[in-house]
Amino acid sequence: MNRSFIARNPSVLIFLAILALFTLVVTVLSEGFGVGLISTSFVKVLGKTLCLCLIAIAMDLIWGYTGILSLGHFAFFGLGGYMIGMWLMYERTRLIVVNSLSEGVLPPTPEEITAGIGNQIFGVVGSSDFPLIWAFADSLVLQLTFVVLVPGLLALVFGWLAFRSRVTGVYLSILTQAMTLGLSLYLFQNASGLRGNNGLSGLQNLPGVTAPQSVVSLWFFWASALALGLGYLLIAWVVSGKFGSVIRGIRDNEARVRFLGYSVETYKLVVFTLTACIAGIAGALYYPQAGIINPAEVAPIASIYLAVWVAIGGRGRLYGAVIGTAFVSLVSSWFTGGQAPDVPLGFYTVKWVDWWLFLLGLSFVLVTLYAPNGIGGLIDLLKRKPRETDV
Amino acid sequence: MKTLLLALCFALSLSTWLSAETTPVQDVLQSQRALIEKSSRRTIGPAIDALVVSGLPQMQNVLEVWQAKDMWQRRADGLFFTATKNADGTYTLQSFDDGADAGTAASTDLKQLKPNSGVRAMIATALVQFQLSDPDPAKRADALNSIARDPEVALLKPLRASIASETDANVLARKTRLERLMTMAYDSDIPSRVAAITEMSGDLGVDFRATLNPILTTTRVISQTQPDANVAQEVLVGSDALTHKSAYALLVAAGDAPAEITADARDAALQANIEGGRIAGFPVAQLSTEAARDRAYDALAAGDLAPPRVTQADIDASLANFRFFDVYTEPSQAVTTAAEAALVESETRVAFSQAADLGLDALSLASIYFLAAIGLAITFGVMGVINMAHGEFIMMGAYTGYVVQLFVPNHTASILLAVPLAFAVTFAAGVALERLVVRWLYHRPLETLLATFGVSIALQQLAKNIFGTQARPLTSPAWLDGAWVINDVVAISYIRIAIFILALLFLALFLFIMKRTRLGLETRAVTQNPRMAASMGINPDRVNMLSFGLGSGIAGIAGVAIGLFAKVTSEMGSDYIVQSFMTVVVGGVGNIWGTLAGAVMIGGFQKGVEFLNPSNTLAAQTYMIVFIIIFIQFRPRGIIALKGRAAGD
Repeated sequence: MNRSFIARNPSVLIFLAILALFTLVVTVLSEGFGVGLISTSFVKVLGKTLCLCLIAIAMDLIWGYTGILSLGHFAFFGLGGYMIGMWLMYERTRLIVVNSLSEGVLPPTPEEITAGIGNQIFGVVGSSDFPLIWAFADSLVLQLTFVVLVPGLLALVFGWLAFRSRVTGVYLSILTQAMTLGLSLYLFQNASGLRGNNGLSGLQNLPGVTAPQSVVSLWFFWASALALGLGYLLIAWVVSGKFGSVIRGIRDNEARVRFLGYSVETYKLVVFTLTACIAGIAGALYYPQAGIINPAEVAPIASIYLAVWVAIGGRGRLYGAVIGTAFVSLVSSWFTGGQAPDVPLGFYTVKWVDWWLFLLGLSFVLVTLYAPNGIGGLIDLLKRKPRETDV
Repeated sequence: MKTLLLALCFALSLSTWLSAETTPVQDVLQSQRALIEKSSRRTIGPAIDALVVSGLPQMQNVLEVWQAKDMWQRRADGLFFTATKNADGTYTLQSFDDGADAGTAASTDLKQLKPNSGVRAMIATALVQFQLSDPDPAKRADALNSIARDPEVALLKPLRASIASETDANVLARKTRLERLMTMAYDSDIPSRVAAITEMSGDLGVDFRATLNPILTTTRVISQTQPDANVAQEVLVGSDALTHKSAYALLVAAGDAPAEITADARDAALQANIEGGRIAGFPVAQLSTEAARDRAYDALAAGDLAPPRVTQADIDASLANFRFFDVYTEPSQAVTTAAEAALVESETRVAFSQAADLGLDALSLASIYFLAAIGLAITFGVMGVINMAHGEFIMMGAYTGYVVQLFVPNHTASILLAVPLAFAVTFAAGVALERLVVRWLYHRPLETLLATFGVSIALQQLAKNIFGTQARPLTSPAWLDGAWVINDVVAISYIRIAIFILALLFLALFLFIMKRTRLGLETRAVTQNPRMAASMGINPDRVNMLSFGLGSGIAGIAGVAIGLFAKVTSEMGSDYIVQSFMTVVVGGVGNIWGTLAGAVMIGGFQKGVEFLNPSNTLAAQTYMIVFIIIFIQFRPRGIIALKGRAAGD
């Protein structure tokens, strides 16, 4: 079964090979284990890009294959980040607090340690008590479970409510957008127990690990590459079988699939929840590399950008989502990072920092209008032409 | 010689008589000379009273001069003058009676009267009476303001005295009200205080409640028996008002019980008693739990090395010995009972007024949402096209208003000019968007969403590049400043009323266009069945273009209205876009009444949550979104659903 699946999809093997090669090249060129041509911060950028590619293929599954334009998947991404961030922050603060308390004459009591951690973490929001949602923050295993469970559960409940009442099309898009807006507004409150607009910070430091950042960044890079590879394999497998045919059928004509006797809502719910879990994992790998997570990350605009990446890369083909995300996010950070040279026009100097978003918006309109298949469509053209001559 | 004496006597008496005729002020002052000369707070009262009672109009000036330390006494004859210093160091004296020049004197011949601050305060109190009867109503009002700011027992009498002669109706009303309030607080006669309180019972004024609250202040008294005072209530230990912990803290503060040993004090005592790695026999390394530390401390206390720990049993025993009472600082029970009743009635009425105020707030928020959403109701509701750039059209309208104000400084004229101009600009932008982008995507609604989103990003960034990131002001004309005050609680600003009226106007305009014009008829026809409409000679392309332009144009006008009370920034559109879509979706697509109902519901719900949790507007928005998601479950097609259309494309 598995063999035939790979055999039917040579592009999966090609992708995995390219990903492995890329990982190897970056490792060899990095500061941590290689010649140091690629700086640690750029390794982090590449690692984060891999995480974004992971959520992008999830987005491609739900949008490109199932036809549900979710404008809320960054909510799941952010939740995954928050879940792992809670453990990272708790554990690191605990080590610091225990360290400083053990300098005292008396050995620290558990109550003192808890109070100390509470003060450190929640001092910025004027509190020192642990909110209920931090109850399991001391357990890495539980928080890792939550990385999948919490976004999955939210997606399950939201999706069940939405699909059950047959909210489809643009309505669903708006509803998912409202969901992520609601989550971000909720997280902005200090009362949410997740430090309000301060967010969680210092996530780049692994508690108890003394290795330098140049090494840690590579660990996360490898983990991201592995997650992307596995995610790609999983989604490629999902869309290749009968399940894939059904969800493509839902995309193309939902009513007809329903009349054929398939439970359209169940299929949608499974896809929605699965992609939310993948998004959670991507977020849990992304934010330790970013070092900080705050509620602005789950603002509606982030999820819309996700749709933009996938659309530019080309929907309905997983490598398209990866290409689009990698291309747009890297070019974006190049332009907005101030590295692109300004263009003097005599009467006006074009600053890319100012004009990049404008160009992105316009190019997005153009891609939607004239190249609905995005960059991935170009690859299809290359692939198909020889076949046509064969036939 | 005798004749001479007689003549002298006559001359003297004549001069006295003459002076009595022309210098009444000086006479009064002289009659109180002894008191004035060595003025002190305790003794000066009768002197000031005498000055006031004399009823001479010049007395106000005398008091003011005296208060300003500008009154001088001539040592030779003890007469009082006001003086101005000359260039050569001498002083020119002026009579208080008529301001006439009374010659000059060297500074050694004069004594300056320097009343101390206590005396000056009494003079000020006496002056209030003059100010309260000042011919200028504005000055009388000022005097009332200063009394209301800082009421005093002593001011009650002059205030009452001034009521009878008051001519200005406004000032009279204020004087009467202030007199009532001060009677409640300061009158010595208890029945008249109670009467004043009962009379004003249920009043909505903040000043009334501010007067009642100090009457009703209580202090918490610890006592073993019922105290002999105006007791408000006995507070039971363990109730919400008084936890065991705080009750014991009160006992400790009163010195009736030993203080609890805090964890810090315990740890300090433990650290001070380490002997060879052990504390009272316990190894230090074992003290890593609270219980172990307590045990070690108890061992210390047993050896008299530290004060004993206060156990829960000790606390309970101490608390059992005492009772806690809230005692009014006001001694009269009749007054506190009346005040309590009056305050309850006031608060009930205030609550009703607040509900009314909340209703007005909700209505004005609903108008804003309606204004923002009405353009969407056309493009999304009627045409089924989702326009994510709608918010940017709102922004464009607001910036148009801002630019117009740069060129037309008159605010009224600029707003009147900005409204049609904003419509024109956004109408053109809407038509351009429809022609260039939207019409190619009529059969791909999800892609319309993405393409218009691209337009939205581009427009936002363009606005940022042109106008900068800081907020730009859009000033409303002067006649829209201020608020319509119904009572002390209910008030609504004129701008919100204007927006409400504008929303109604747009509703009427929309209905008129849709039901009474050719364009409306054609739009409805194209909405129902484009092919059939086309075969009837309607050009669907033209209709779509005009409807899209109309929807965008209305967004532009809404932008001017929103810009008047919110800041104009490049991101203002995105603040409204999600709410606008919610309004249309909740209300029911394709029906303007549904949009109206959706706006009222969302506005009302949001204000309601804000009322329940006023410190947290973010929570209100979160709950609103959760509420909408759940609402869609029960009415997926919105409040007013068109028959035969699912909530989908």
